[in-house]
Amino acid sequence: MTDTTATASHFHAHEDHGHHDADHKPAFFQRWFMSTNHKDIGTLYLIFAIFAGIVGGAISGLMRAELAQPGIQYLQTWTALMGGAPDFDTALHMWNVLITAHGLIMVFFMVMPAIIGGFGNWFVPIMIGAPDMAFPRMNNISFWLLVPAFLMLLGSSFVSGGTGHGAGVGWTVYAPLSTSGSAGPAVDMGIFALHIAGASSILGAINFITTIFNMRAPGMTLHKMPLFVWSVLVTAFLLLLALPVLAAAITMLLTDRNFGTTFYDASGGGDPVLYQHLFWFFGHPEVYIMILPGFGIISQIVSTFSKKPVFGYLGMAYAMVAIGVVGFVVWAHHMFTTGMSVDVKMYFTAATMVIAVPTGIKIFSWIATMWGGSMTFKTPMLWAIGFIFLFTVGGVTGVVLANGGVDNYMHDTYYVVAHFHYVLSLGAVFSLFAAFYYWFGKMSGRMYNEFLGQVHFWLFFIGVNVLFFPMHFLGLDGMPRRIPDYPDAFAKWNSLATHGYEIMAFSMIFFFVNIFWSLFAGKKAEGNYWGEGATTLEWTLSSPPPYHQFEQLPHIGDDHSH
Amino acid sequence: MSQRNHQLTGATMALLALAMLGLGFAAVPLYRMFCQVTGFGGTTMRSATGVAPGSVVGKLINVRFDANVSPNLPWSFAPEKKVERVAIGAREMAFFTATNLSDHPITGTATFNVTPELAGAYFTKIQCFCFTSQTLKPGETVRMPVVYYVDPAILRDKEAGKFNEITLSYTFFPDKSAVDSERAGG
Repeated sequence: MTDTTATASHFHAHEDHGHHDADHKPAFFQRWFMSTNHKDIGTLYLIFAIFAGIVGGAISGLMRAELAQPGIQYLQTWTALMGGAPDFDTALHMWNVLITAHGLIMVFFMVMPAIIGGFGNWFVPIMIGAPDMAFPRMNNISFWLLVPAFLMLLGSSFVSGGTGHGAGVGWTVYAPLSTSGSAGPAVDMGIFALHIAGASSILGAINFITTIFNMRAPGMTLHKMPLFVWSVLVTAFLLLLALPVLAAAITMLLTDRNFGTTFYDASGGGDPVLYQHLFWFFGHPEVYIMILPGFGIISQIVSTFSKKPVFGYLGMAYAMVAIGVVGFVVWAHHMFTTGMSVDVKMYFTAATMVIAVPTGIKIFSWIATMWGGSMTFKTPMLWAIGFIFLFTVGGVTGVVLANGGVDNYMHDTYYVVAHFHYVLSLGAVFSLFAAFYYWFGKMSGRMYNEFLGQVHFWLFFIGVNVLFFPMHFLGLDGMPRRIPDYPDAFAKWNSLATHGYEIMAFSMIFFFVNIFWSLFAGKKAEGNYWGEGATTLEWTLSSPPPYHQFEQLPHIGDDHSH
Repeated sequence: MSQRNHQLTGATMALLALAMLGLGFAAVPLYRMFCQVTGFGGTTMRSATGVAPGSVVGKLINVRFDANVSPNLPWSFAPEKKVERVAIGAREMAFFTATNLSDHPITGTATFNVTPELAGAYFTKIQCFCFTSQTLKPGETVRMPVVYYVDPAILRDKEAGKFNEITLSYTFFPDKSAVDSERAGG
């Protein structure tokens, strides 16, 4: 703890020197590899997430290529490239490895680092008027734990996972496939990767909660905090309560695999369904962990570009709290086909549908914020409106799937795949792009190119809808998920979905060109480049903010709007 | 924003995470107790007194017997009668036969459940070969009894009361603890 005290006195030392030292930056290696600065760590998280997103996105491209036509076209070639045996079983295992890697990378190494580690780190301290996070060194550890975790997961695809190379167990890592069904070290490495990534997130969550509870500027009461800060606070609590349960569940997988325990093995008195209960007790809050910060981001953006405070601020904040709380008691709706009694199914159906109420409050409040507002449709606002539309579509299919009876038919079909990609791939990812364009100028000091940004949005919007909407039809027609081949009857929609992927991938060129063009040749960003609608504290600072901000703590008056 | 406050909040949150980790592991015994008490997932009940409540006049139900063997266990295992029609509440006895097809003694242990799973809470065993592990000599055949009754309370259950057949299923696995000691012994 002497370390953090040292940091605090360091900060005071700067105060004594006067304002010009606030922007004094350490040398390159100290600055980026030993960073304790929340903005630099946020930047590291964002770079990491973009890199992981490229890997995870490329894997989904491989999957869409294989699924473009019935039959198995490429799997055996890819298996041979990875040094596997050229037989059919190994090729199918390769498919399982691809779906596993895509899911785990996108959840743990793309969405979570970007939305919590990246934007959370960058803007939570600034928005509450704090100079940095509460535990800056722990912040550094949180980020650097992610790197070995990611390497461990990627490395697992080069060692044996039973039938072939890599962990082919799905992101859910269900027993007994992940225990007696997958010999070899690949699944152990995957489990370790989850352990490390989980530890990273738990440390991050403790840091956010401490920062938000203890470091708000004078006058910044909980009920005056911007909604993005509220969303990160709720998310941090979800992480804190859900991730340890996953750690326990996968530790027991590890001992079942290596030390002869039988937690999930019926022959020794265990029960594989127990794993599913533990996993989904974590897994359901996890999906809210991915989307809640997105809710916060969308609230900031809709308010900024409507030049109005968010409609129903308190309702919006407590809707997120309600979603977080209820999210812990609905987990078994992922397990409707494990043989539950009708009464249990009725409870989980009803509890799940209750979540539509606070979610509906949020959707309506965003629309009410826009209503009568002086709206401009800059790139971040386009992504935000896209988010609201697509998240609502995903929410509606979620209410359909919440029915225990309907789920008997839909379980593990492409309808489910369509549903969770609408809320995550189109929900969480749209909020990420919205945040990226919204804060890019603030973070880098240079404005993005509006034209490239809008082209990116429209191509991406069209692409992902062509990609994911047909999956509803495939699922209703009974196409199961997690398979590389399908009957000819499903060929047309699958081929269309692959074309959708191509459009989406093409749109990403505009994103990357925009980043590089803007970083080198973008217009210099003013402190508050969005004008009167942008009222949160980050807009009171220069773009980019000084290396150490708020040497004089800001005072938040009663008239401060959210 | 004093440093003490940070440490206090941080430590409280860390404790909360540790408590959840503990709860994750505690889920194992809790889940077992929950299944044993509620019959969740078709977990059968075990009679404490060994006394059946006596048959309810005119109320009959089919009990079907199902026997499975793990591929890792060289045994044959089958019920003597596939299905019996029994009076609800009456003490009943059924027999299973198991044969060790290998040339060495093997210890096996049976897992069990009933379907429909809701019937678990009403299917009570008084005596069962599945309560302990069974050791069979090479080529030995044994008859193994199970004494049970169907609890008349099933008639008052709005879902389970409509059942006209309950399937009692067993699966024999090699006994893990015995496998280790046999390996160690010879």
